[in-house]
Formats: sequence, structure tokens, C-alpha cells
Amino acid sequence: MRHSPMGGAGRRGFRAAGMPVTKAKDVKGTLKRLWGYIKQQKIKLFAVVLAIIASSGANVASTMLIGRAIDKYIVRLDFPGLARFSIVIVAVYALGACASWFQSYIMVGIAQRTTQSIRRDLFNCLHRLPLNFFDSHAHGDLMSRLTNDVDNIGQTLNQSLVQLFSVVLTISITIFAMLSISPLLSIIPFVIMPIGIALSRFFVKRAKKYFSMQQKDLGELNGVIEETISGQKVVKVFGRERIIMQKFQKKNDDLRISGNKAQIYSSFIMPIMNSLNNLSYASVALFGGFMLIKGFGSLTIGKISNMLTYAKQFARPINELAGLLNILQSAIAAAERVFEVMETEPEVMAGKHIKKQTLRGEVVFKDVTFGYSKENPVLKDVNIHAKPGETIALVGPTGAGKTTVVNLLTRFYDVDKGTITLDGEDIQSLARNALRQCLGMVIQETYLFSATIRENIRYGRLDATDEEVEQAARIANVHRFITNLPKGYDTVLSDAGEGISQGQRQLIAIARVMLANPSILILDEATSNIDTRTEKHIQDALLTLMHGRTSFVIAHRLSTIRDADKILVINDGQIIEEGSHESLYAQKGFYYNLYTSQFKRVLQE
Amino acid sequence: MRNLLKYLKPYKLYVILAPLSMLVEVLFEIQIPRLMGRIVDIGIQTGDISYVFVTGAKMLGFAAVMSFGGMGCIYFASKASQNFGADLRYDLFKKIQSFSFSDIDHFRPASLITRLTNDVIQVQNLVLTGLRMMTRSPLISIGGFIMAASINLKLSLILAVTLPILVGLILFIIKKSFPLFSLLQRKLDNVNSIMRENLSGIRVIKAFVRSDYEKKRFEKANAELTQVGISSGKILASSMPVIMIVMNLAVVGILWYGGFLTSTKELEVGQIIAFINYTTQILHSFMMIGFMFIAVSRAKVSSERINEVLVAKVDMSMPENPYKNPIKEGKIEFKNVSFRYKTGNKEYNLSNINLTISPGERIAILGETGSGKSTLVSLIPRLYDAVQGQVLIDGVDVRDYDLDVLRSGIGIVLQDTILFSGTVEENIKWGDDNADEKKVREAAEISQASEFLDAIPEGLKKTVGQRGVGLSGGQRQRVAIARAVIKQPKILILDDSTSAVDVMTEAKIQKGLKKKLGSATTITIAQRISTALDADRIIVMKDGKIAEEGTHKELIELGGIYLEIYKSQLGTEGLS
Repeated sequence: MRHSPMGGAGRRGFRAAGMPVTKAKDVKGTLKRLWGYIKQQKIKLFAVVLAIIASSGANVASTMLIGRAIDKYIVRLDFPGLARFSIVIVAVYALGACASWFQSYIMVGIAQRTTQSIRRDLFNCLHRLPLNFFDSHAHGDLMSRLTNDVDNIGQTLNQSLVQLFSVVLTISITIFAMLSISPLLSIIPFVIMPIGIALSRFFVKRAKKYFSMQQKDLGELNGVIEETISGQKVVKVFGRERIIMQKFQKKNDDLRISGNKAQIYSSFIMPIMNSLNNLSYASVALFGGFMLIKGFGSLTIGKISNMLTYAKQFARPINELAGLLNILQSAIAAAERVFEVMETEPEVMAGKHIKKQTLRGEVVFKDVTFGYSKENPVLKDVNIHAKPGETIALVGPTGAGKTTVVNLLTRFYDVDKGTITLDGEDIQSLARNALRQCLGMVIQETYLFSATIRENIRYGRLDATDEEVEQAARIANVHRFITNLPKGYDTVLSDAGEGISQGQRQLIAIARVMLANPSILILDEATSNIDTRTEKHIQDALLTLMHGRTSFVIAHRLSTIRDADKILVINDGQIIEEGSHESLYAQKGFYYNLYTSQFKRVLQE
Repeated sequence: MRNLLKYLKPYKLYVILAPLSMLVEVLFEIQIPRLMGRIVDIGIQTGDISYVFVTGAKMLGFAAVMSFGGMGCIYFASKASQNFGADLRYDLFKKIQSFSFSDIDHFRPASLITRLTNDVIQVQNLVLTGLRMMTRSPLISIGGFIMAASINLKLSLILAVTLPILVGLILFIIKKSFPLFSLLQRKLDNVNSIMRENLSGIRVIKAFVRSDYEKKRFEKANAELTQVGISSGKILASSMPVIMIVMNLAVVGILWYGGFLTSTKELEVGQIIAFINYTTQILHSFMMIGFMFIAVSRAKVSSERINEVLVAKVDMSMPENPYKNPIKEGKIEFKNVSFRYKTGNKEYNLSNINLTISPGERIAILGETGSGKSTLVSLIPRLYDAVQGQVLIDGVDVRDYDLDVLRSGIGIVLQDTILFSGTVEENIKWGDDNADEKKVREAAEISQASEFLDAIPEGLKKTVGQRGVGLSGGQRQRVAIARAVIKQPKILILDDSTSAVDVMTEAKIQKGLKKKLGSATTITIAQRISTALDADRIIVMKDGKIAEEGTHKELIELGGIYLEIYKSQLGTEGLS
């Protein structure tokens, strides 16, 4: 939430000729996949291609017609003929305009719908991915694939693809037209163009160097900005404003310099191409005039006028071509990154269904071994037996593996060895969703959505009425707090501020679970930010709710777990002690030490 | 947008030279069609080869001069815009550094980040295109029109008719499409924010089995985006051909009328060709102006967002003659202090607090979530200002202190432990830049951070990511404590900063603090009774008021909230 992707600042605006492009690894495969999306609208696409041919053809033809009008009618002063011919020219123009309208009109739909399907597939696939995918990929990177990359594909489809096709077509038709008018004069643009391309390559190469410097500086500056601003309160508390300012200023000045160079080198291409363009134009005028006077190659004024227009027209698309190829390349790379996500092995969702109404809630961990990486087992041969309705507490130092137990029970991860059964069924054979529907969880990191408080609580059960939502909030002891807010239940939660503390957010999350009314309850440090008195209230409520249902409680605070039916002490991935509070206390072992350290010093006083 | 123009002032020279260079380019560029027309009319018609060569050479010379003009313009425009952007970003960043906590709450960090990054670049790009294209297009239009009119006044009547039509059309399209474009942006933000939420909240979504619900929600947003995308795209798709047809009709009109004028010898053929050239130049420029309007309106939103921050009145006034003596004793007094976060809130978060804490005293604060514990301590280093009453340190109102002096004497560990990317050592040194390794090590030992640092090969050089990624919650808390301890503050505030640390380690931390920072006034906010036990005085808060106050023994005897908390946490064993 807090981490907005900063790397792609000004993503379109900052891209210019010479910008470094990340190249796709498998262009063919990516294009094939992309085609899979586009081909659903094959017929429309075919129509677009026809329209592009028509509009490019009309464009070149109209220029030729104007030349002919000059030669045939204006020079000969044939006005009735000119009038008739004008109608032809207007008709060609109209045809071209219609074709280009038709083409973009249809293409908008194709592009938008294709992007929509890609976006939909990507989103849906996100929900099928296992959690370790999210653990192993940087949040910012994923976010940038989901947003920037998809936008990039969409914009390219929408604009650049058609442009590319029409540019290529225009160049070819123009070359053909020039050759048919005067092969001799055509030599001029054909000679000047490679010079232009070579020159622009020179600048592009230079610019590329500065662009990657600029990208690096921009990335670093944005890094400083993001980190500092999101930790601004700490910066203030330590009075680090001045030091941070210095750091920022250095990066800002680096960017000022590299940005300036990148900008200048990349933009120099434009006036240079522009003047080359004019060079070609002037040369055509000069040699054309010369040839006309000398009577070479059967030239006419109209033909020279045509050649002038073509010489100008010729340069522009070649200029554009380089930029377009760049854009296309980066769009393919974007598509590849998107498809990479889609290709990730999904979680198997299918399996047997269970109903939470008929669930007894017997949970058995048998010889469970698991590690987030194969070399490092977090749980080793763990055995747990929770009878229906029992409350099981898991205690132990940080990193002992308590949360991992929860991750396995919910099948966020699957065991490496051993089995976990629910009412005697191996949970691996159950449908993940059916399994999760039976479990209610309040987890360490409270995540609420940026929606109203009411909507957040209702997330527990979508068809709950307002009264039920408020009832759940009342049980979770947060109703009074909510009604005291200026907007009450309609307060929109956002990522910071609003005067809602971490503890209050947790209470809202608890209300959400209350509403879900699960068969098995899991509280993973659910009350760590809540004071014990409030926690006591909630626990009373949870006890009522959980009456006759199995629950797992993880907590540092021993008071939270004292009343559990069974306490499991986990250390270093193994259960080292097990029993009720009284029996463990009497054992004088690990638990005893953990427990008594809380008030030992009182007794000593 | 006007408010931001002042950032161009230091680069006035560039701002003037850029359009001037552009003027050079345009002045020579508009000559070219006319020279070409002359080649046709004079050189070719009279068969004067030397005229063709001389004029041709002139054209080539013009083209060369032109390119220098163009390059100059780019050079100056780049300089102006890059410096503008950098200066603007600097001022914006500086302003945010001066923000109080409530200003940060108000603007929200995420939004401030977007303003510093995307918005600044948007405006900077506008300056760049502004200095280049926005000077070029009008110059070309005006220059081209003058040249066209000088060729033949009658013929330029066609332009005089076409141009207003074109302007009207462009305005119409802008008016039609602009609301759609901002709608499109909103819909896109919508889709992206659902994406973002699903990414961040994937655990919750999976746990509650809400994939289908989220998919439906997304499908709706996605469909809306597509719909708006199609309708705005269609407007653009229709506008281009319409503009083209107007332009082309004008060309045909010129051809026809121009042809007619040649018969009366008012016009030469070459002049018609030149005239058509000018016409297309002008019309292209007009279209550019149209597109630029869209760029301007986009940058306008950004500039407003930037300006909002720049003009924001910092919600904390600084004294004119600040008190600059460092905190010596560490005595803290609250006199009739009331506070609420927002003026609109119905209830006060603190009401009428009176409390005196003697130098070196160790205070523990307990109380329910939302009872005002964090709020109370945040008034001491002036993170927020009291709405009523006074907070005094060593007898001086905190509002009279120089803020740096005040905060350098106070070490505070906030509830939300944030570390910064770099090594653990660098993080600890935030508290004291000049600390040597020995001092850092000592601080790490007091906070028990050395316990886990000693177990890893990198030790203090262990690097952490943004916000402290790579360390567990308990480890982060210990580094944050070390960071505050190394300051050797006169006042140390720990806001629930051992919640993720186990009880035994916590006891060690407390012991270390007592030993090494014994003379400092210490305020500890705690959830656990065990954290509070050692305190000289325990304060129990309820509903923004101090409910109970005294030593552990006194409060147990009082038999109020404290006893209840005690029982709920430790049972009755400790009491017997």
C-alpha cells in the first residue's frame, strides 16, 4: 500500500529517442502470446489493416494528384478541367479521411478490449498464485508489472502499433511514388536519408549513455524521496532534516546534470533531422530546377512539386520509425514480464469440499516438517492434536515457528513431510477455498482495505446487514470508538493518519472475523497492540463465539494463553513442552521460566 | 501554475534565449518555401540556371542556420527546464522537511511522494515543451501567415476563413475530450488501486476466501476503464480525420482559386506551391497547439498539487527568540493540557492533564488502546502542539524552545518502528553522527540488539532494506532503542517499543537502561505489567485522562484499573 512504484516516474513523458529499453528475452514467444489475445478480434483487425492501406494510399495519391493538377490544368489554364479534377482530389481526401477515421475508431476498441482481457487474466491469475510467490518477489516490482507494464502494452497497442504499420506503408508507397516520378531525383533523398540515420544513431548512442545515467540518478533520487518521506516522522524526531536535505540535494543535482545532458543529446536529433529534411528539400528544388531547365528526365513543375512534398514526407516517417521501434520493443518486454507472472505455477484450488456447519474441528499435525527453503526446516517433526472445541495456545520465542504452524493449517504453504488432517481428512485433499472458509484468522499484520470501516468489517461476510456489522463491532469493543469518529462507520480508512491507532485497526480486523463466524479460529498475535483490559473484553467475546469450536492462539503475552486447554511450547521448530498451564508451571521448565519472568521481580521486592 | 513560474526566474537568460533561438529557426524556415517558389517561377520559367543554383545554395545555407537555431533552443530550454525541475523539487522537499506531524498526517506520505516525483516531472516537462513547441507553433503560424499573405493577399483569404474554423474545431474537441481524459485517469487509478490492494492484502483475501468478490470488483472497474477508454479514444479517432479534411479542403481551395489567379497573371505557379507549403505548415502548427492544451491541462493538475504543499502553512509556529539552552535537568510538566488531532473531532484525545515528572524519574504509562498514552508523550518533543494548556521542560514552554535543541535532548522510540536502508550501524548512528564504534556497540548492548547482531557474521555491518526489511519486528525495535539511547538524552521516551521482544530480553533492556542512562527521565508506555514494574511511578490513563497514579504497591492497594490489569495478566499468584 505504502510503496507506490516510483521507478517508473513519468513513464511516458520521460521516454524519448535513445532511452534505454529493456529487451525481451523471448520475443517470438511473447508476440505469439500477445497475438493470442489480439486474434480474438481478427476480423476487426483485418478491417483495420485494409483501412490503413486505404488511408496511406490516399495520402500518397492525393499529393500526386495535386502535382498533376498543376501540370495538366493550372499551367495550361484549363479551369473547367481544374474544377472537375478538384472534385477527384476532394474525393480522394475524403476517402483517406474516412479510412483513417474507420481505422482508429476500430483500433481503439481492439486495443482497449485486448488490454482489458490481459488485465483481467493477470488479476485472476494473481489470486491463484501461492503465497511464496508474493514472498519471493519484491512488492514494487510486482506492482510495476500490474500497472505500468499493462498500461504500456495498452498504449502501444492503441497508438504505436497502427502508427508503425502506417509509417512502414507510407515509406514504401512514397519510395515507389518517387521512383515512378523521377528515379534520378529520388537519389537525393535516398542519399541524404542514410546520412540522417547515421547522424541520429551517433546522437542516440550518446544520449543512451546519458539516459542510463539519468535513469540511475532518477532511481536513486526517488529512492531517497520514498524512504525519507515515508519515514518522515523518524527524521523529525532525530532532527535529521538538514542531513537528509544534503543527501537529497546531492542526488537532485546529479539528476539535474545527467537529465540535462540526456535531454539535450536526445533532442538534438530533432533539429538536425529537420534541417537534413530541408537540405533534401532544397537539393530537390535545386537539382529538379536544373534538370527541368536542361530537359533531363522529362520533369514538369508539378512533378517537382510532388517530389518536394515526398522528400519532406519521406524523412518524417523514418524519423518516427526509430522511436516507434523503441516503444514496441519496450512494450514487448513489458508483455513478457506480465506473461511471466501468468506462467507461474498456480496453487491447486480443486479438492474435496467441506461444510463449516458440519465440521467438528479436530486438527491433527502428524510428523510435520516444513521449511520456507529446503535447506532450512522451520518445523521439525511436529505433532499436534487439537480435539474439537479445544483451545490450543502456541508459545515460544520469536522465530520459533509459531506462525508457520498457522501458514500450514491454512495451506498458505504445503508441508514438506508429514500430514495435517481436519476431521480425519488430509487437508491436501481438500479444496483450499473450502478449507479457508472454515478458518477465521486475525493475523500479525493487520491489513485493512482503503474503504469505509463498514465495508472493511463486512468483508467477513458480504451479505451481513448494517446491524450485524455494528453488532460485530460491539463485540470487538470498537463500536464506541467508531461512532465517535466524525464520519462514524463511513470513515474511509487510508494508509496513514485519521487518528486510528494500530490497536484500533486490529479491533476492526477482529470485528471482521467475528462477522465471518468461522468453525476454527486462529489468532496470531492478534492482540499484541491492544492493552490487556481491552483484550480481556475481546477474549470474553471470542470465548462465547468459540464455544465448542477449535481455536489456535499465538501470543507473547502469557496472560492471553493461560486459559487455553493445551499449551504447546515451541522452540527452534520443535515442540518442547506440552500441557495445561498448571502442569507446565509445575514442570518448572521452559514455560515456567517464560511465565515467571513476567512477575518474578515483583515477588523479589 | 503561475506561482511556480518564479522558479524560472534565476534562469531568465535561458528562458529568453530559448524562444529567440526558436525565432531564428522559424525565420529561416519560413523563407524556404518562398525561395523554392522563386526557383520555379524565376529560375525554371526563364531557364536561368545560375539563379537556380544561387537560390538553391541560399536554401541550403538557410537550412544550416536553422539547425543552429533549433539546437540552441533545445539547449536553453533543457537547461531552463531541468534547473526549474531540480529547484522546484528542492524547495518542495525542503518544505516537507519543515512539516509538523499533523501536516504529514494531513497530506499523507504516499501522496507527498507522488508530488515530489511524478508531479514535478510533469510540470518540468511542460516547461520544456512550453519553451520549445509553444513558441515554435505560434511563430510558425504567424510567420507562415505573413509570408503567405505577402505572396498574395486574396489567396490568403482562404486561410482567414479556414483558420477560425480549425480553431473552433480544436476547441470543441478539447472541450469534449478533456473531461473524458480526466475521467479516464480516474478510472485507471481505480483499477490500479484495486490491483495494489490485492497485492498488499493477498493474505487477507485468501484467508477470507474473497477472490471471487475481488474479481467481480476488479471486473467492474476494468470494464469501466475500457468503456471510458473506448469513448475517449473514439473522440480522438474522429477528430483527426475531421481536422485533416478541413486542411485538405483548404489546399484544394487554394489550388483552385490560385489556379484562377494565375490566369489573371496575379500569381505564378511556383507561388501556388509555396502557398500550399505555408498552408500545411500553419495547419500543422495549429494542431500542435491543440495537443499542447491537453498537456497543459494535465500539468495544471500536477502544479496545483505541488502548490498545495508549497503554500501550506506549517501547522506549528516557531518562536521569534528561541530558547537555545540544552535540556539540563529533564523535568517535565503538563499544565492543564488538552489536545485533539483534528478540530472536527467530537472528543478530545487528552483533556485537562496535569502532571509533573521530576528529573531522573522513571515513569510507566498504562491504559487502554486509544486512552491517549502515545498522544501524551508526543507533546513532549513537540511532535504535536497542545490545543490548550502548556507543556514545560525544565520550566520552559516547549513552544519557546529551539526545535532542534529540544529534540536533540529527547530520545524517543516511536510505536511504528521504522529503520532506513543501510547498515545497522548507520541506523544507530542516526542518534549521534559522531559516535565511534565503541559507542555504537555500547548502545547496541544496552538495547540487546547485540544479542542477535553477535550471532551473524556481518554484525553491526548487517544491511537492512527500506523501513528495516530483513529484520524481524523485535530486532527492529531493539535497533530503534539503540538509536535513541546513543543520543544520551536527558529524556527518554519508549512508546510500546518492546512489544515484539520477549519478556526476558525486555527485562535485560530495562536493566541496561537503568545502569547506563540512570540520570535520564524515562517514560515508558507499556502493555505488559512486567514492563511497568520497575518504574518509580506508574500512570494509568483512561479516556484521555489520568485515572490512577502511584507506585506498583500503591496502585495494587488502590484496587482499581491497575489491579484489574495485573490480575488479567498475571493472575493472583504474584499477589499472594
